[in-house]
Amino acid sequence: MIDHTTTFSIFTELAELSAALFLLTSFGIIAMRQVQASLIMFILQSLLLAMSAIILGYQYAINHLFVVAGVTIVIKCMLLPWLLRYTIRKEVYARREILQVLNIPTSLLIAVAITIFAYFITSPLLKLSNDVAIQFNLPIGLAVLLLGAYTIMVRTEAVPQVIGILSMENGAFFAGISIASNLPLIAELAAAFDVLIIALVMGILISKIHEHTGDTSIKKMTILKEG
Amino acid sequence: MELIFLLFIPAIASILSLVPVKNRDYPALVTVIGSLLDVVITLHLALIAYYRGGGEIVAINHLISTDAFGIIIVVLTAFVGFTASIFSWGYMKKVTEADNYSKVRRYYARYNLFMLSMFAVPIFSQIAVMWIAVELTTILSVFLVSFRNTKEALEAAWKYAILTSMGAAFALFGILILYWSMKLAGGDYFTWNGLKQISTSIPSYAAMTSFVFILIGFGAKAGLVPLHVWLPDAHSQAPSPVSALLSPLKCSTVIIYVLLRFLPIFSGDSSLYAGNWYEVIGLLSMGVSAFLILQVKDYKRLFAFSTIEQMGIILTAAGLLANGAHYGALYQMFSQAVTKSFCFFAAGTVLTITQTQQIESIKGLVRISPIAGIALIISGFAIAGAPPFAVFLGEITILKSGVAAGQYLVTGLMAFFIIISFIGIMYNINRMAFGKPSERYTSTKQLPVSYSMALGIAVIPVILFGLYVPVPISEFINLAVSSWWR
Repeated sequence: MIDHTTTFSIFTELAELSAALFLLTSFGIIAMRQVQASLIMFILQSLLLAMSAIILGYQYAINHLFVVAGVTIVIKCMLLPWLLRYTIRKEVYARREILQVLNIPTSLLIAVAITIFAYFITSPLLKLSNDVAIQFNLPIGLAVLLLGAYTIMVRTEAVPQVIGILSMENGAFFAGISIASNLPLIAELAAAFDVLIIALVMGILISKIHEHTGDTSIKKMTILKEG
Repeated sequence: MELIFLLFIPAIASILSLVPVKNRDYPALVTVIGSLLDVVITLHLALIAYYRGGGEIVAINHLISTDAFGIIIVVLTAFVGFTASIFSWGYMKKVTEADNYSKVRRYYARYNLFMLSMFAVPIFSQIAVMWIAVELTTILSVFLVSFRNTKEALEAAWKYAILTSMGAAFALFGILILYWSMKLAGGDYFTWNGLKQISTSIPSYAAMTSFVFILIGFGAKAGLVPLHVWLPDAHSQAPSPVSALLSPLKCSTVIIYVLLRFLPIFSGDSSLYAGNWYEVIGLLSMGVSAFLILQVKDYKRLFAFSTIEQMGIILTAAGLLANGAHYGALYQMFSQAVTKSFCFFAAGTVLTITQTQQIESIKGLVRISPIAGIALIISGFAIAGAPPFAVFLGEITILKSGVAAGQYLVTGLMAFFIIISFIGIMYNINRMAFGKPSERYTSTKQLPVSYSMALGIAVIPVILFGLYVPVPISEFINLAVSSWWR
């Protein structure tokens, strides 16, 4: 006979672990200088999202979270990196970013502040429910969302900016699997499809920019402005 | 069933325009026919909605359904899409080489997909699915913005894609919180109507969080101040027929529609001051764009800034939370959409003749090309809000109901910003239209017939609805207001 309280707590701890690692990958995306390394961090992040969905799905017996996990793995861990590699030339990935708006230690400090801010915003929301998963998935999801937005602001290369967008969506979904786990499956499938189109469109756009300027740095994009 | 056709026709037109036929007219013809079918279907839908008294038209329950408010949006989308497809015909012949069939095919395929995504937004009533449709309106139009493949166009497309996708992620978080709070409040269906029913019982803090994220997210998607930096770039660098879809339809009709739909849900809880926030964002957009219009150097940017101003007017009017102002907001949505598309057709005509977007280097346009000159003058007056054009009537309705509702400060600021931007628009248009033509442009170029046709069709509602509003139309707008707030 299985002791239900222990299994429950082990799964809760596993879910907590994956949430913590999920947050950590977001710091990783900010800290990595190389485009390739950022992409690997993103793949890890998506994997952790899927893992969290599987754990929550098992714990609460919500079958369609398994589908969400499967779709996440197939699209975000397999198809998407392949698409980005297929559309963008290889030399972009090996490149190290010399110029960042802020140096990495400062960036990481700001990232910590953003995470605390995310906890601060969500703490009144957490009182609305005594569901354990929400207690860590919601603030960490929001933190990853905000960290993704921060990544876009500080990175000057095109590919890390796309990774920033995609990790923002990961953050939103990470919160979503705990608070909106009953959301109709069609919405989640369509959203996954949407992520794929984003990656495709941005990948092609980056390769066009690369063709034109021989560079994928966003810093030089300053032709259009007022005055 | 008609609602589903609206999604199928652009999809089929998109596939058909990819068929490799060595003829540049073929995909254009497919698109024009498809758009015409859309117009017929949407008018039919409008008739059904009118006779049912604004009730819901349902194709799939709780997923694909819409009411009189949504019908106004699809009618507008179909009409502007139709005129822009006519304009595109001549435009594509001007800008592509005679044997570059594949570029023309790609353009029309993307054009139809973009139309599909815009029809999808008002048709989907399930909010998470609607969010995906909104995101698709951006993603499917990125390559239309970068179509000219110049450095500037690519930069504009990049800013557009990144900033609006960021907005989408914020909005997604807000929508997920909203779903959660709907479940906490005991709601069943995550649709506009389902949310309106439980709007007063949503937990206050959850509603606030969701409201903030939704306002930031869709505000960035629409290009409201202070998240507007991408808008003038994208709208000035896109090909003119695409600008005529992006500016009046995508930003100030489809996405503003979404923001307006959220207003009754969040104004259920009066401690949120949702209406006041709409007023603040609206006035900020109006003020900033009015002063940006004064210093503008590029006439397509001029019209882009005026789009921000119009969005500001609509949001402020909605935020007044008065019945007359809501009527005015919808009328304004309608009139600015038809007017702004006409403006971008006029701008495209001017661009074809002068080959420059700089206001300073164009003088005496009326003498160089009477059609372009007169179209530009009409579009300037019409969008600035001079009588007897439709925008004037909308603005007057809003200001009148603002005074009637006793919101003197908001109404006064609105009137002030409208006057500033009126001066800015007319000053710049005057400089271009009159004066002695500069030497460089004295040779008149032949304009494609499709330009005159698009201008001729687009100008009809601009003038007609400024002179008087037919009773069925005003009844229909009233139906839409009541289905928006009921």
